[in-house]
Amino acid sequence: MKKVPVQFTLNGEEKAEFVESGVTLLKALREKIGDTSVKAGCQQGTCGSCAVIVDGELRLSCLTLAERCGGAAIETTGGLAHGEVLHPLQRAFNEGFATQCGFCTPGMIMAAKALLDHNPQPSREDVVEAISGNICRCTGYEPIIQAILAAARANSLSAA
Amino acid sequence: MGLGLETFPTLAAAGEALAANAAARYLGGGTLVVRSANEGDVGFETYVTASERALTDIVVADGRATIGAGVTMARIAREPALGFLAPAARAVGGPAIRNMATVGGNLFAPVPYGDFAVALLALDASLDIDGEPVAVSAFLAGRDTTHAGALVRSVSFTLPAEGSFLFAKASRVRPKGASVVTIAAVVEERAGTISSARIAYGCMADRPIRAPAVERALAGKARTAEGIAAALAVATEGTAPPTDAIASAWYRGEVLPVHLKRLLLPA
Amino acid sequence: MELRKEYFADERKDDLKEIGQPRLRADALGHVTGTTTFFADRNLPGLLHLKMVRSPHHHARIRSIDLSEAGRHPGVVRILTADDVPHNVYTILTLIQVGPEDETVLATDKVRWKGEAIVAILADSERAAHEAAQKVKVDYEVLPAVLSIDEALAPGAPVVNEYHGQNFYRYDSGECRKVRFGDVEAGFAGADHILEQTYGSGPIEHAPTETTGCIVMPEGSGRFTCYTNTQAMFFTLDNTSIILQMDGAKLHMVGGTVGGGFGGKVDVTVEPIAILGAKLTGRPVSFIYSREEEMQISSPRAAEKLVIKDGVMKDGRIVARYVKAYIDAGAYSRHSPYGAQKSAAHFPGPYTVENVWVDSYCVYTNRTPSSAMRGFGVTIGDFALEVQMDKLARLVGMDPLEFRFVNAYRDGDMKAHRQPTEGAALIECMQEASRAAQWPVAEKYLQMSSARREG
Repeated sequence: MKKVPVQFTLNGEEKAEFVESGVTLLKALREKIGDTSVKAGCQQGTCGSCAVIVDGELRLSCLTLAERCGGAAIETTGGLAHGEVLHPLQRAFNEGFATQCGFCTPGMIMAAKALLDHNPQPSREDVVEAISGNICRCTGYEPIIQAILAAARANSLSAA
Repeated sequence: MGLGLETFPTLAAAGEALAANAAARYLGGGTLVVRSANEGDVGFETYVTASERALTDIVVADGRATIGAGVTMARIAREPALGFLAPAARAVGGPAIRNMATVGGNLFAPVPYGDFAVALLALDASLDIDGEPVAVSAFLAGRDTTHAGALVRSVSFTLPAEGSFLFAKASRVRPKGASVVTIAAVVEERAGTISSARIAYGCMADRPIRAPAVERALAGKARTAEGIAAALAVATEGTAPPTDAIASAWYRGEVLPVHLKRLLLPA
Repeated sequence: MELRKEYFADERKDDLKEIGQPRLRADALGHVTGTTTFFADRNLPGLLHLKMVRSPHHHARIRSIDLSEAGRHPGVVRILTADDVPHNVYTILTLIQVGPEDETVLATDKVRWKGEAIVAILADSERAAHEAAQKVKVDYEVLPAVLSIDEALAPGAPVVNEYHGQNFYRYDSGECRKVRFGDVEAGFAGADHILEQTYGSGPIEHAPTETTGCIVMPEGSGRFTCYTNTQAMFFTLDNTSIILQMDGAKLHMVGGTVGGGFGGKVDVTVEPIAILGAKLTGRPVSFIYSREEEMQISSPRAAEKLVIKDGVMKDGRIVARYVKAYIDAGAYSRHSPYGAQKSAAHFPGPYTVENVWVDSYCVYTNRTPSSAMRGFGVTIGDFALEVQMDKLARLVGMDPLEFRFVNAYRDGDMKAHRQPTEGAALIECMQEASRAAQWPVAEKYLQMSSARREG
């Protein structure tokens, strides 16, 4: 199968790779670029473990073809921290016990970031809706909801 | 063999490529066809897609809306001129799916998916297929026969009167979950009685269907418990609900009149 | 968090330093930064993808398997069959001397459930493996199947698993695990009321977000490094060593990070065959369940059927409890004979009943083999028992919580298994639950203690 060049930014860094033209963004990120923070949970679009942000919008990397992301700005949880300084969402998930097995966490944090980027002060209902496509089978939804609300509060404090 | 992607500037060119290659599938938002490939469907090896501008246009003018087949559920949900449709668009998937899933794809979604197509059926939408208008009801009926492989450019419909479009989706998990039953309706009233009603169901057959017996039973009646009683009594007429991991056929039949009643009676 | 230290205050020193203190999880930093390494987070050059060809039938005889076309498919490196497996027997609990040897790794002459593994394709890409799987031709003679406990135990039912000869596991104690305590018939004869109810449950899939899988790297030293998400590292090591007839020292199992397990990753279903593939090809091998396989193939919690018959007095005392429990093992034993045994051991629940009779059966059906899941053999029984307790309370006109106080076990009570009760805390838990849930009970119940009986 023919390989095609694809170029995008990943967490602000320029990336260029040759990929099979029908390959998913999930596989391109994990197997070509080496960002394994993006997880393959179902590859059906039902679990949200592979969620990434493409040009500001939450997307499922398992159902997105890499070639169609040419020129895009892609964000993943793997690039969210600045060195040892955690993003407020990461800090809130860490301190609030909002992660158990950890497999859903990167996708969950991306869904939460997509929410806060558009809606910095969400209601609880907004949060529930925002993570409604992400499954946590350790069933830790309540700490996750609380962590996202805590991160939103921390953001508003630092902005004030 | 690996999978390839071919992108064409027009839908017509994509159609020619599909006609020439039995192992090609049209790629819209990817939520159906990429899933299929991920799950081991080796029946195709090429994705074909089109970048034609009209596929992502929304035009609302002169009491009519035209939505390109490539418009996503998220776009519809935030389009001010289509506010009445936002609940139907938001009923599809979670936020990430809504950023990807398209109007065109929803027309092909198998049960228990395809909630937006139920709304289009109640709106009596018309599809543009190769420049020809095709009623959404006719398209759905022939989805895997006469209209198999059809490329839909856009859907259009007359904007319903204010407050006349009703939509409900029952699922087991909130806020997101696959449908137990989905109901869309356009109910117009004049002088306290129902002058016309179009009722469409999702998950009450292998594809969205109209409920003509209910529509007939509602005509000329008041939107009261007594007025809709006859319609509720025939709610399941003509249905053949599936049994799947979400619900049994029996359960769907039992809860349908309950949800129909809640939808039809003003709060 | 709130600790209620007044309970059992005289039984311990009050010097807890960690309990009750918030502590960060040791692994959470890796989770929130996406740097925790799960088994699949490895890119090995030359990786082969293993795809299992599985039975589309619930029960069938295999007449023949034709691999000629699949073997020629571009990208296919090797196809494994039962003949390639050195010791083609899978017994999960063999490490603790619990058989039986009733299951193969790859099917030979028969398949007994829809999804049973038959041959394994090793190919350069997942796509090539999927394509080749379509070209494997298996000629089946479809046989009648039994898909429920009742069907399996009906007279004349097709035998699911010839190893057992009948559709239930034969224990050293006979056709079921048995508990006999007191005289249950005399108990019923003296009871004011008798209530018999039947409870049922379906199989339950764990559905972890990370599917079952492993990646195997053949090392130059002749060892195999197996990155796995097993929950049962030593069962995996032991079973793999036996199945492959390979010295355990050659198997370097790397695990510990599991993307959700809940018991669903206790069975040893991917590692032996993936390591065999790596051995026979000399290349690294990845065997990862698809979501569909995780839902259909990985073993669920067993379906159960429970018949509970109780004799109860007007004052609320349960005087006799008779239980028939049926645990649906699916087509093979795995953990289910043990699960059915746990079920027997769990009745009559945390209550003191003088007359108890329990029969617990491990039943075979042509369904996906069931296995471990959070308290298997026990939780469904608890569901049934506690619904039964509510119904009994209603029958005698008592508050359901007070009814449980009347019957709760206490230290010193002889249990049906002839173990004296010690360390009971049910009374105290219910007292606290009564307060926390604002579900008031009579003062006399708040004065009760697990340590002694009144009067």
